[in-house]
Amino acid sequence: MSWKVLPNLKYTKNDEWINPEDGTVGITDYAQAQLSDVVYVEITVSEGDEVQKGDIVATVESVKAAADVYAPVSGTVVAINDELADTPEVVNSDPYGDAWMVRLEIANPAELDELMDADAYQQYCEEREH
Amino acid sequence: MYTPHTPEERRAMLEAIGVQRIEDLFSDVPAKYRYPKMNLPPAMTEMEVAEEMQGLADANLTVKDFVSFLGAGAYHHYVPAVVDHILRRGEFYTAYTPYQPEVSQGTLHAIFEFQSLMCALTGMEVANASMYDGATAVAEAVNMAYHVFRGKRPKAVLSAALHPQSLATVHTYYDASDREIVVPHADDPTADPMRLLDAVDERTSLVMVQYPDFFGRVYDFTALAEAVHAKGALFGVAVNPLALGLLKPPGDMGADIVTGEGQPLGIPLSFGGPYLGIFTTRKKYVRKMAGRIVGETVDTRGQRAYVLTLTAREQHIRRARATSNICTNNALMALAATVYLGLLGKDGLRRVAELNYHKAHYAAQRLAALEGYELAFPDTPFFNEFTLKTPLPVAEINRRLLDYGIFGGYDLSQDFPSLDRHMLVAVTEMNTKDEIDLLAAALDEIAREAAA
Repeated sequence: MSWKVLPNLKYTKNDEWINPEDGTVGITDYAQAQLSDVVYVEITVSEGDEVQKGDIVATVESVKAAADVYAPVSGTVVAINDELADTPEVVNSDPYGDAWMVRLEIANPAELDELMDADAYQQYCEEREH
Repeated sequence: MYTPHTPEERRAMLEAIGVQRIEDLFSDVPAKYRYPKMNLPPAMTEMEVAEEMQGLADANLTVKDFVSFLGAGAYHHYVPAVVDHILRRGEFYTAYTPYQPEVSQGTLHAIFEFQSLMCALTGMEVANASMYDGATAVAEAVNMAYHVFRGKRPKAVLSAALHPQSLATVHTYYDASDREIVVPHADDPTADPMRLLDAVDERTSLVMVQYPDFFGRVYDFTALAEAVHAKGALFGVAVNPLALGLLKPPGDMGADIVTGEGQPLGIPLSFGGPYLGIFTTRKKYVRKMAGRIVGETVDTRGQRAYVLTLTAREQHIRRARATSNICTNNALMALAATVYLGLLGKDGLRRVAELNYHKAHYAAQRLAALEGYELAFPDTPFFNEFTLKTPLPVAEINRRLLDYGIFGGYDLSQDFPSLDRHMLVAVTEMNTKDEIDLLAAALDEIAREAAA
């Protein structure tokens, strides 16, 4: 089993990724594989909302599960991906690109240090598959 | 009736699982609780049971024995024989939940037709596979509106002219929660519906009314719907679906959620149930709608097929994140309504609705002409039910009416102290002109005797 893990991103234990440079957030390749076919994405925050680390920013529904997406760090929502509602399948096909969900203005960069880097996340995925 | 296995079958089963005696299967139960003394009477034969049950049933006076003018949410309508004929087919009667589409196409297809019929009747875009009854459907409407706004608008404004049992059910659901259930002007339940707006603000997710309302009155809610939308809230309407055979559907008035009690559609009175909850909404809110939904698709051979769909809404998938705990529907009653509507068709349904309308209006005219009686709302349109002011307490009149072989209308003072001496009279296609004339004569006589 192998999953795409991008070197420049940071990762959470709940399988979200965040781009430390621009604050974009989504769910990982491992997450989309676990969920199976995604049928619906609902972004539950709006532009301008302030979120704390751990607040729910979106819900992803697949044929077999519904999963919450949590903010990896605290910040202000500066953009949301409107197109996901119409093309939820990109979560499966392009989890790190077109399937970005929200973009945050990061309030406290130190919170990024609490997250996993690519290697740590890769290991974390492998541990769970055993 | 209980038809147990034979001793041979029992022995074979025990052998298959490697157990000596049935008693051994209870060994985990502490000895002193294993065989409690149950004071059951001795067993009866099927014949004796049938006789006892019949005796109990015969103790009731029903609409088969008496002429009825009682409605208030459950009505005496004709149930065509074909309804029962289809319902009692084993494939429908004993079918379980259609989770496996490959073995449930009949059930799923029937539910799909039901959903389609409910949308056609209400003027709405999507329907679920049904709920328990009209009251829980109202409670689910409150729930759905709450989730549409993701909890940011915790208040629901409900008309005092909704069926009291619907309001009671809403309170049962939400009194222990942090939702705000507001019934404005509860001390003046027959107030103009536009006055509901007094209680609507930016914290309101839903304003809900009934059509016809509990007092029988019919309003065009278009203006109210517009005003509610202007405040950013959703507008819900609880209907009598039979009335929609004649009246403008709430979908055309701008409703966002339309619920209903489907009992008038081919379901007998049955001492209170089972009845049928109808739930419809606009397509844009479908993911917030609770309950089962049947969808149409194609199978691997390109044949049209039906499946349960949008299942990620439901609580067996969402679990703690589900918006409602419902995980069932009322398939057999939904089938009854589907058969009833399929049999009557659009024209037949209109004819039944017209019969109801005209007979009720004839009755209203006759009763209003009696001395001591008058219509409570003479200027407001009604369908098949109207509120009559009476010269005596309704309870007393109804007691006297039994002597004439008549069940009188609903005593509104039971629920509304301010409506003492107000009777809710229902007239359906089952009431003949002679019966209505008998009611008029009886009410007249009762009033005269009391005055004397």
